[in-house]
Order: sequence, then structure tokens, then C-alpha cells
Amino acid sequence: MSAPTPKGVLVTPIFKNNPIALQILGICSALAVTSSMSVSLVMTLAVMFVTALSSFFVSLIRHHIPSSIRIIVQMTIIASLVIVVDQLLKAYAYDMSKQLSVFVGLIITNCIVMGRAEGFAMTNSPGLSFLDGIGNGMGYGFILMTVSFFRELLGSGSVFGFTVLQTVQNGGWYVPNGLLLLPPSAFFIIGLLIWAMRAINPEQVEETEFKMKENTQPKEAV
Amino acid sequence: MAQSNNSIKKILTVAFALCIVCSVIVSTAAVGLRAKQELNQELDRKSNILDVAGLYEPGIDVEKAFEQVTPRVVDLRTGEYTDQFDPASYSGFQAAKDPAQSRTLSGEKDIAGLSRQEDYSTVYLVGNPDNPEQVILPIRGQGLWGLMRGYLAVKGDGNTIQGITFYSHSETPGLGGEVDNPRWKAKWDGKEIFASKDSVEPAIALVKGGASDATEVDALSGASLTSKGVTNLLQFWLSPEGFGEYLARFRNGVTSDAVQEASTDTEGA
Repeated sequence: MSAPTPKGVLVTPIFKNNPIALQILGICSALAVTSSMSVSLVMTLAVMFVTALSSFFVSLIRHHIPSSIRIIVQMTIIASLVIVVDQLLKAYAYDMSKQLSVFVGLIITNCIVMGRAEGFAMTNSPGLSFLDGIGNGMGYGFILMTVSFFRELLGSGSVFGFTVLQTVQNGGWYVPNGLLLLPPSAFFIIGLLIWAMRAINPEQVEETEFKMKENTQPKEAV
Repeated sequence: MAQSNNSIKKILTVAFALCIVCSVIVSTAAVGLRAKQELNQELDRKSNILDVAGLYEPGIDVEKAFEQVTPRVVDLRTGEYTDQFDPASYSGFQAAKDPAQSRTLSGEKDIAGLSRQEDYSTVYLVGNPDNPEQVILPIRGQGLWGLMRGYLAVKGDGNTIQGITFYSHSETPGLGGEVDNPRWKAKWDGKEIFASKDSVEPAIALVKGGASDATEVDALSGASLTSKGVTNLLQFWLSPEGFGEYLARFRNGVTSDAVQEASTDTEGA
């Protein structure tokens, strides 16, 4: 693997090495917050902020982190940043923080943040780690925005809160699909996205780790 | 270097320094932003109250509009006002957890699923506090998935509903979650709580298949249990167990002899 370049760490996580679609990390929050686009956008920004800064700080002190407590050190940094984000949202975007509720706090457990701190920031310079965090935040955001676009449009008939399809409840014609407002629908959309991305970039398809045997015949069991 | 990093001294130093730095950052954020956060919560509560009274429009000065609203604390058992608590800071919801200021509700009476009810509650009077145009009552009860909290605005006659709002609930989006749909909430305007002037048991209810009289409101489609929850919590809070005694003051204000009757009733009880 070639040495990471600033442009590379910023762009590859969006399509080529997407944290959700390829690494299948951070799925739980992607299911929870994607029923409306504006909420997804705030969540994306929050995750980007936390990932970038936690990678930066971890990288800054990486030569001093004792390897025996490195996970705790990373968690402490991440958790502190998440609390700061939560407090900022409560102070400056109160309506948003009400809708995101517990999910801001759960950024702490978002595997993407932890994964970048441990997998990239521990071995790279602070500047590069910061950009890597931004890049992965954008990759996360790309999936979140795509999923929430479909969920909000088909589930509530709107985009960013602006009505596109007038729903029956509000005197229009569109019968909203209630399933898309519920978390399982995000699973389906992410699944379809992963399929589409791997169809475009076949190198993303993982090698088969094992092959299932053909159905056993009854006589083999005896 | 890796060797020296893993010495006990180094581990303790790093852990200690990190804790200090992080706790300073976190507490600075928490303390520095607290005033603004409390202001937000307060504004949010006030705009919900204005909203249910039909006085809220996006972009208005909430503080200024709230000047026409007077909060008062009411003793639910007698329906009288009390000055025992500061209405600005008293919270009935908190008081319900304090055994000294609340009572347990037994199975049959507890139709709203509250298990404890406070003795005093805050009401908001719109207009002249002695003869208010509207009275806004805090209501809450179990929906399908969890507690629904909201406000009910009743006109000065103590019987006609002005509006209802739920500011906190966890009902299914698109089904029970429609309790905060403005179009559904608009159906409450002009509905009546009691079937007749002398009844003390509220008649207001959500019904399926179209409301036919003033005490019926269309239920939410696809959300029978949420609708049942809304009916139950209204029946509870508007009965003599809840704000019934208090509302009687307004209802009886129309005919003077009824006031007399009601006051003897209260003393008897």
C-alpha cells in the first residue's frame, strides 16, 4: 500500500473505501437518524467534527500513548469531543438536538470514529489524520444523505422538510410508505447501495472465505 | 521508546494528564453553555404553550407573546390557586415523583397509566388572569410506546377546547406520531369536554369512523392504541381526579347558583 496523500485520505473514503458501504461500520446510527434529511446532515457534521478532531488529537500524542491503555485514551478523547458537540447542539441548535436525542451521545460508540483513531491516527501525522477524519466523515455523510433522501421523500413526501409529494394526510394525493419511516427500511436501502457500489467497482467484492458444500444426500448422514 | 511508554510511571502520567485536560474541556463546555441551553428549554416550553393557545407563529418574539400568559399553581384536590410554589419554577411532573407532594393512583383510577399524580399543577392563563380567555392545562399519559406529554387549551367557559399539543411522545412515525400533525390538531378547535352542564365526568373521546357531535374527535387512522391513550389521558386529567375541580370554577361562572352548589360540593368532598 502506498503512503497516504492528503488528497487520497480525503477522497477515497467517499466511494472507494466507504466506511459504511465497504467496511460496514457505523450502521446503527445510519439506521436511526436517516428518516429526515436535515437531521442526517447535522449528524454527519457532528460525526465529521468528532472523527477529524479525535484523529487529530490522538495523532498528536501518539508517541506518548502507552499501548496498554491506548483504547481507553482514544475513548476518553472521543467521549470528551462528543460531549462538547452535544452541549453545543443543545445551546445553538436546540430543535435539532431534540430530534437527534440520544444519537449524538452514541457517536461515542460509532465504530468509524474509533476505527480511524486506532487504524490511521496512531500511525500517521496529525494533519493527515485530521483530513482522514474529514474524509471518513464525508463517506459516512454520503451514505446517510442518500439513505435519508429516499426515506424522507418516499416516507414523508418531502426533501429537507420542503414538501415535494403532497401527502394524503395533508390533503394531497401521495400515500406515504410508512415502512420507510421505520429503521428497517434503512437496512434495505444501504443493502441496495452496497450492491450498486460493488457492481460499479467490482474490486470491492470480497473474496469468498469459504464455500458451502452442496446439499448433503440422506445416505451421507447415515 | 515503546518500552519507556509502557512503564507504570508513564502510564499513570498519561492517564492523569489526559483526564485533567479532557475534564477541563468538558466542564468548560457544560458550564459555559448552560445559560444558553436553559434559555432554549424555556423558550421551547413557552412556544409550546403559545402554540396550543393558537398564539404562535414561526418567527414571533416568544418572550413578548408570552407576556399575556400568567402561570399559576393550582391545588388539584380543591381547584384553588396556591401561592405555596413559584409558578415559574414549579414542575408538577417532578413533584409527581416526590411522595410528599403526590399520591399513588390505584389500578382502576389510573386510566392514563401514570401510577403517581402530583397534588399541585401549573396552569397558564391567557389574557386577564381573573377572567382568562383561555386556560392551558398540562396533560400526560401513556400512548402505545411511552409517555405522551402535552398541553390542552380550554376556553374561558371551562368546557370548549381551543387546542391540544403533544410536545414529547414516542409514537410510531406516520401512524400514532400523527398526534402532532397540525391538520389533526386543528380538529380539536371548538370541541366540548362535557356532555352537559352538570356532568362532572368528561365525555370527550376519540372515535373511529367520523366524529358525530361536539364531544367526539376523529381518531388517528391506523393508531387505535395511541388514540385510546389520548382519550384515556384526557378523561383522566379532565375528571375530578385531575383538573375537574379547577375547571368547575369556570364552568359554574356562567350561572351564579351553580357556583354555590359547586363550593358546597367541594367542602363536602
